[in-house]
Amino acid sequence: MLTLQFIPYNEIKNLNKVEKIEKLLNIVKTNRIVLVEGRLNPDEEASLIQRTMEIIDRKFKGVEICGVEYKKKNEQIIDVLKTSLARLLLGNREGFTVIGPATIVREIRRDPNKIELFTSSIKKRRR
Amino acid sequence: MVISYFKKLFTKIFGRKKSIKLGFYGPVNSGKSSLANKICLDWLGEEMSTVSKVPHETREVIIKEKVKIRSNNGKELEFNLVDTPGIATKIDYEEFMKYKMNEKEAKERAKEATRGVIESIKWLENVDCVLVVLDASKDPYNQVNITIIGNLAARNIPVLIVGNKTDLRNSSVKRIENAFPQYNVIGISALKGENMQDFYQELFNLVK
Repeated sequence: MLTLQFIPYNEIKNLNKVEKIEKLLNIVKTNRIVLVEGRLNPDEEASLIQRTMEIIDRKFKGVEICGVEYKKKNEQIIDVLKTSLARLLLGNREGFTVIGPATIVREIRRDPNKIELFTSSIKKRRR
Repeated sequence: MVISYFKKLFTKIFGRKKSIKLGFYGPVNSGKSSLANKICLDWLGEEMSTVSKVPHETREVIIKEKVKIRSNNGKELEFNLVDTPGIATKIDYEEFMKYKMNEKEAKERAKEATRGVIESIKWLENVDCVLVVLDASKDPYNQVNITIIGNLAARNIPVLIVGNKTDLRNSSVKRIENAFPQYNVIGISALKGENMQDFYQELFNLVK
């Protein structure tokens, strides 16, 4: 059975980078796939990889991560202004981020508006 | 990040640094060390890193200083090449056991590899420009590539994407261009030395 845990933007918006990464990795370490509302910024993604490397051990072998952001084409100026204002007031909630334990999620492919999760077989995981 | 910004601003105002720190970044087994070796062979007559098919062969940052490269029009630039370990989001010691390593050796290599990834990310602050080396036969649109390029963009570090392994039948430089349309992409084969002249020209365009 796969467990998907949703983390709404409001739950992490007031956390600093370290706290946010710890929160997400603590969930992933319990063999759950995390679905975060909004994208992590590049600095947070790099820090997440660094922290992941620090805690890799016999059981926890790292993560698979994928950020998806919807890219609008031929956007009108008024739409750009609306989006910018919404980001300013509510934070950047556009897109989502999937983080899964590498022992369960073998690969994540994007296409680019859909994502595919390739999972390891339960048999293999129990070895 | 602020210090690095002011360093760059200072250099811009008071003239070019003598040597340019050129970072080699990319995922594991994309051919960063093969390209660094090819450049060193072309301009110094010697290699700088060991390469192998085993993932995470480069597990610490390797630096080759004072590599002078000449452009087609006779202009010469001096580089310090910074070959970094491949960046990965997962490392499983059992993967190394497929390459005839015993459990102890595989675990040690995995530990060194994790340290290598951390070191690579730390070095992002210390390079002047970067070659992002991707395996042109693989899907370029993965999170490691996006994270590397996103971090370089956030730091305003000039980037040239190198689509390596064009000698492989299923390689496609076009696929990389489509994934990262805002960047210059050059296809090469570091192993076979294909398209290296165009690569050096693009390198000069990157740092000018």
